[in-house]
Amino acid sequence: MAKRYELRFSGAGGQGLITAGIILAEAASIVESKYAAQSQSYGPEARGGASKSEVIISDSPIDYPKATIVDACLAMTQEAADKYANGIKDGGLLLIDDDFVKRVPEGNFKVLKMPITRTAKEEIGREIVANVVALGAMIALTDVVKRESGEKAVLAKVPEAFLDLNKKAYNLGYDKIKTLMN
Amino acid sequence: MAKKVALLQGNEACALGALYAGCDFFGGYPITPSTEVAEVLSNELPKNGGKFIQMEDEIGAMASVIGASLTGAKALTATSGPGVSLKQELIGYACIAETPCVIINVMRGGPSTGMPTGPGQSDVMQAMWGTHGDHAAIALTPASCQEIFEETVRAFNLAEKYRMPVQVLYDEIVGHMRERIEFPEPGDLEVVDREAPSVSPEEYKPYDSTKGQIPPLAAFGSGYKFHVTGLNKAADGFPTTKAELVDAEERRQIAKVMDNIADIESYEEYLIDDADVVIWAFGSTSRSARYAVNELRKEGIKAGLFRPITLWPFPAKRTAELAEQCKGIVVAEMNLGQMVYEVERVAQGKCVVVHEGRVDGEPINPGQIMNKVKEVI
Repeated sequence: MAKRYELRFSGAGGQGLITAGIILAEAASIVESKYAAQSQSYGPEARGGASKSEVIISDSPIDYPKATIVDACLAMTQEAADKYANGIKDGGLLLIDDDFVKRVPEGNFKVLKMPITRTAKEEIGREIVANVVALGAMIALTDVVKRESGEKAVLAKVPEAFLDLNKKAYNLGYDKIKTLMN
Repeated sequence: MAKKVALLQGNEACALGALYAGCDFFGGYPITPSTEVAEVLSNELPKNGGKFIQMEDEIGAMASVIGASLTGAKALTATSGPGVSLKQELIGYACIAETPCVIINVMRGGPSTGMPTGPGQSDVMQAMWGTHGDHAAIALTPASCQEIFEETVRAFNLAEKYRMPVQVLYDEIVGHMRERIEFPEPGDLEVVDREAPSVSPEEYKPYDSTKGQIPPLAAFGSGYKFHVTGLNKAADGFPTTKAELVDAEERRQIAKVMDNIADIESYEEYLIDDADVVIWAFGSTSRSARYAVNELRKEGIKAGLFRPITLWPFPAKRTAELAEQCKGIVVAEMNLGQMVYEVERVAQGKCVVVHEGRVDGEPINPGQIMNKVKEVI
């Protein structure tokens, strides 16, 4: 049976989590030639409100393109955690931005805490790259694609003037999680 | 050489498929969840010598598409259910005036404004019967980003070949999801161009069917002059109320599709040969169904999938055969019962036909379908 891995990125609309999902899907399906399907759901608001992006990665063609039992979930805000940090499988993974998620969802999964937005703001100097920090963190957490594949996909996506900024953000997220896990 | 690949949204794939088919006119009015089709074409058409126009409303957009097509353009519009409702008058006009064009309907819920950002499959009967009067319809329902590209090309081919509007219906889920696409090279997919008249402008009659079911359509601006109307008309394009002419024309316009079902029909089957229960599903729901089939097979339940790609004309012959060979058919669709009535009609009681629907803005998930199949067994 094909190996199917399901990830969900959730947060507030405008935080770039759909973009993070797209980059991961590109890392998997363009850089690594696996199968990937990225989808999202969102409300009518352009910004704010809870938004989620789901990425299914598999070594064979993907039928159902939405999550069934989530292997790994990211929640950047309390609203997102309340609304979308569910359906995580037993022994699965949940990464939260613990500056914003104070009521931690309960379940039979491992919870990792990292001040993602603050890390972007204080260590990179730009809050806007919090999604790329989060992407690096999720890839480190799951090993669903190789570190270099994720970096390559990030750099292919961003404008030239912001290559260094995003490279730094991606690797910072990646390294912080690897340290946390050790 | 390896084919060019990209991770694309279904709507982006649709726009690029249209360009591959030779689309050189888009007239539309933006609406979620179809807007990306217009967005991509607004960038790409001008670069390729085509025209993009955002009209004042949906019916104006449909009128612009018909007008462009009559000048020889391969013309497209993209919208969602509320927009298709507004276009109906002119979709009928395109039917009777036999004007090739392609209408993309990225389906959300309804009726009326419904839930703009949620998926739906409740416009499937509208695709057949939305406009009044007897007419044939062709509607295609792709289920993946790659297939959206290919079926958009095929929609143009069928529109040009059969001289009629063709609708491509896909739900918000496939419209907005992203998957890897392998771009076909020129020549990989068939591209059909409109047949030009073989007679001089003086001899030309736009609806002269003496040489075949589908009269060639001349392009305005190429020296041919003819009359176009929504009234029943004679071979020269001018209105008529002569009973035998009206009758023959109405019947020809339906026969040109129904006599060519083999050419228009397209479907996919999965594990159908020994299936006790057939799941009959299209678009994103067929992907849930395929997942369900695999899970059910693991439990020892012989389930199979029938996935129409051409939804209209209805795949009556094959569905009737399946009704003969299986115990039950589960029709899964994101509505409260539409295609299920067609399936029941052709099954003629030879097997159990049940419906699994959903209209809350969430997709029909595999578990839901599995439970329904177990009810039938």
